Amino acid sequence: MAIDRPDPASALTLPEPSVVPQSTAAAGARLSRRERYKELARALMRSKTFVVGAAILLFWIVDAIVWRWVVPHQPDATDVIATLKGPSTAHWFGTDALGRDVFSRVLAGAQSVLTIAPLATALGIAGGVIVGLVTGYYRGIVDNVIMRVVDGMLAFPLIIIAVLVLAVAGSSTANVVFVIAIVFTPLVARTVRSAVLVEREREYVAAAKLRGESGPYIMGAEILPNITGPIAVEATVRLGYAIFTSATLSFLGLGLRPPSPDWGLAVADGRAYLQIASWIVLFPALALATLVVAVNLVADGLKQVVEE
Amino acid sequence: MATAPVQQEARPVDIEHLTISYRRRGKSLRVINDVSLHIRPGEAYGLVGESGCGKTTVAMALMRYLAPNAVVEGGRIMFGGEDVLTLSQDTLRRWRGEKMAMVYQDPGSALNPSIRVGDQIAEVYRYHRGMAKGAGLEAARAMLDKVRITDPERVLRRYPHELSGGQQQRVVIAMALATDPDLLVLDEPTTGLDATVEAEVLDLVEQLRDEFNASILFISHNLGIVARMCERVGVLYAGRLIEEGPARELFQDPRHPYTLALLRCVPRLGMRKDVRRLDPIPGSLPPLGVEVEGCIYADRCPIARERCRVEAPPLSPVNDRHRAACHFHEEVPSISPSPETAPVVVAGNGTGDGVLLHVDDLVKTYRSGGGDVTAVAGVSFEVNRGEVFGLVGESGSGKTSLAKTLVGLVDATEGKIQLDGLEVSSKEQRRNRELRRNVQMVFQNPDTALNPRHTIQRILGRSLKLLAGLRGGEKQQARMLELAASVRLEPRYLEVRPAALSGGLKQRVSIARAFAGTPRLVLCDEPVSALDVSVQAAILNLLVDLQLSERVSYVFISHDLAVVRYLADRIGVMYLGWLVDVGPAEAVFNPPHHPYTEALVSAIPTLDLDAPRPRIKLEGTLPSPANPPSGCRFHTRCPRFLGDICKEQEPPWQRDGDGHVYRCHIPPDQLRGAQLADRPSALPD
Repeated sequence: MAIDRPDPASALTLPEPSVVPQSTAAAGARLSRRERYKELARALMRSKTFVVGAAILLFWIVDAIVWRWVVPHQPDATDVIATLKGPSTAHWFGTDALGRDVFSRVLAGAQSVLTIAPLATALGIAGGVIVGLVTGYYRGIVDNVIMRVVDGMLAFPLIIIAVLVLAVAGSSTANVVFVIAIVFTPLVARTVRSAVLVEREREYVAAAKLRGESGPYIMGAEILPNITGPIAVEATVRLGYAIFTSATLSFLGLGLRPPSPDWGLAVADGRAYLQIASWIVLFPALALATLVVAVNLVADGLKQVVEE
Repeated sequence: MATAPVQQEARPVDIEHLTISYRRRGKSLRVINDVSLHIRPGEAYGLVGESGCGKTTVAMALMRYLAPNAVVEGGRIMFGGEDVLTLSQDTLRRWRGEKMAMVYQDPGSALNPSIRVGDQIAEVYRYHRGMAKGAGLEAARAMLDKVRITDPERVLRRYPHELSGGQQQRVVIAMALATDPDLLVLDEPTTGLDATVEAEVLDLVEQLRDEFNASILFISHNLGIVARMCERVGVLYAGRLIEEGPARELFQDPRHPYTLALLRCVPRLGMRKDVRRLDPIPGSLPPLGVEVEGCIYADRCPIARERCRVEAPPLSPVNDRHRAACHFHEEVPSISPSPETAPVVVAGNGTGDGVLLHVDDLVKTYRSGGGDVTAVAGVSFEVNRGEVFGLVGESGSGKTSLAKTLVGLVDATEGKIQLDGLEVSSKEQRRNRELRRNVQMVFQNPDTALNPRHTIQRILGRSLKLLAGLRGGEKQQARMLELAASVRLEPRYLEVRPAALSGGLKQRVSIARAFAGTPRLVLCDEPVSALDVSVQAAILNLLVDLQLSERVSYVFISHDLAVVRYLADRIGVMYLGWLVDVGPAEAVFNPPHHPYTEALVSAIPTLDLDAPRPRIKLEGTLPSPANPPSGCRFHTRCPRFLGDICKEQEPPWQRDGDGHVYRCHIPPDQLRGAQLADRPSALPD
């Protein structure tokens, strides 16, 4: 009954259809994964959108790490003599109402945004992937119930939910991270679910069921590796929103507390002086804009490459 | 009718030394290599070849629809006295649809889903003829009449998705012919269609050829269709035209080893596995864009010798109408079939071994918003040990639903499935390992059947672990090598991912996976229909070998009757969820058989040009399984419709000796008489 002995005679009668030239096949065996990444990297490098976005993003990331060694003034150092001074050689971006150096504060402000946003995005993606996989794979009642809850959440503007939760739970960096992650989860879940709905109908999933694989295995080991493209795109798009949301929350006074150099906070602080000292608002706002645009450029570039 | 004066040349289409490359990642891959051909006025020229040989590229170049990364490196395409490749965009836009038109493979995506059919056809008249809206619609109606669509008034107001595949393709053809073009390009016009619909569309094209005087470029991978439709045929291989000649001569006396091999590797009607094995073509297509010094086919050629490897053979004349690119074309007729084709000894095979699978009144109903759809409506049959049970029927007949239910991917709504006398619960989660090992499946699409992110080793290893209980280590490794050897898969392929394999190799992996435990029943759902003919033969031979060495039973689903007849011991024919005809393979193919089977058999395109057979046409389209006809489900389309009895009463099973049964009101003797009378020349066997 078993295919115990492959009959050498019969094995010889059928000429081996070798498709891939031997060298390619052998090399492909070990290099295929690395080559795939190389291929991806090359495609990304060809995309101008991606390269420009990545360059700006990289600048801010480096800045978020090294700002304390490059700032000309301590961001928190007040100077009662030099308040509300315009841009000059001493203070490139001018000073704020407390005489703090805006340039130094802009450089320092990147740190909080680039901590909160990626953490929140990562958590939101993780939650969304799990919910999306489960609802998309099992369908049925689970799917219906969870997706109706998701619909309900999506009916509220994102920021309202965030404000509501932070007002109740109190504002701290950790809470801001969690709140953004929570409002992102249903959005990510939608994207993941639709990708899963396509994959689950593929025959390799049927084959896995036929050999008796468990649901979690099929979701995690069979389907998940095949939907990394849309997840990566979703992650970069979400990162842009996360930056924006965290700045908005700070602006509304629900995020970070003074004297943090956070950009959203700086915009809120400088609002009162907009007519006489526009630089206090202008430069943090510009910084925020470049960062969000950079992330969106990266997202667009990635999306193009993935969709090819 | 055409506004431009018709060019009265001997060659309305003249392709000269066409060479096309695709640029991909900075590299240039030559896909069309010095192809020259011409089409005479009113002539149908067939272009055949396997996938990836450049057929569609030639067609696209002719219409100048080439992809942006395609580069024409040389040659001319003369049409209507001008070189299509140098036409201005303006002229090109006028010419397309006016002087040249194309019919694509998938009619569903060739039509705009959001515009009514009438408006789409009328647009052709409005743009090219400057007609007003009303006049355009009137012309569209007349055109639909010409393509013999039933009730054109109604079809005009329909959206494309409301039409069946056959009707859609008629509409596309109507649009293409609307301006009476000089050149009509048909790119695999029937490939996605069911056999009976395919026959209808081909009939239509044949009839229209008399009414319209267009030259036709007919592209197909199906030799039978090309043999039927075309006067002259060109064979493409790896972007080169390797043989060209009158259709009949080319197929009866091929002078290129590749053409000969192509003709030999398809199961002809009447060929059986116990008489002769199929003759696959050794090796595989050369990779895209490969540059070879000698003959491109030398690696796979049985008569290749030193000269073939160093000197590329030109397309040289065999006679004044027939050309072949082979140094030794006069030797081709004497190439003998490979030893591979020696008949298989079918020992102890057949019905003596008892019943393995027993299906009793199986019903599968899908719930859907617009009412329940009964895909399988009470099907009963048995499969014996070591037997191949062929299941045929058009799409929508419930074949795949039946297979999924048998294998446990979906639940049966009603009915019993017994394997070896044991009741098989239909819920896959409740199936234990023993059962899962016993019943496995080979899927249709090799590209999606294997997880693209897993290596072959992992795919097979997982199956060995779960089905054979081999958890890693040397034992699993040894067994995996055995398994790979049993499907003729070289061990070096175990480390790669599916993307590095060809369709044929992927299907071997898929088969190996099904055989990882030692199955007793393997469901093969169209396992070769996504493969090229040369690969198909090797896979079919492999399936036969495995069936004999492993003593498994197959339920073999296919829409290709020649393949089913070749492989199956018994055949079941499905129509709209019913099994209408069951019996030994040969009995099903010969009268008396169910009128539906009769229509299917008559629709097979054949290479045997000397035995033209009258075709039985089926009226109308497949009714919706959500709302099946009363009485006999086939009565709405039956060419042997009796009257009210068919509408009101479900037909009984009629017996015709040796286990052949069919479901019809007409008794065997009567039916045999009628069917033989309609088909004086019985099937060429």
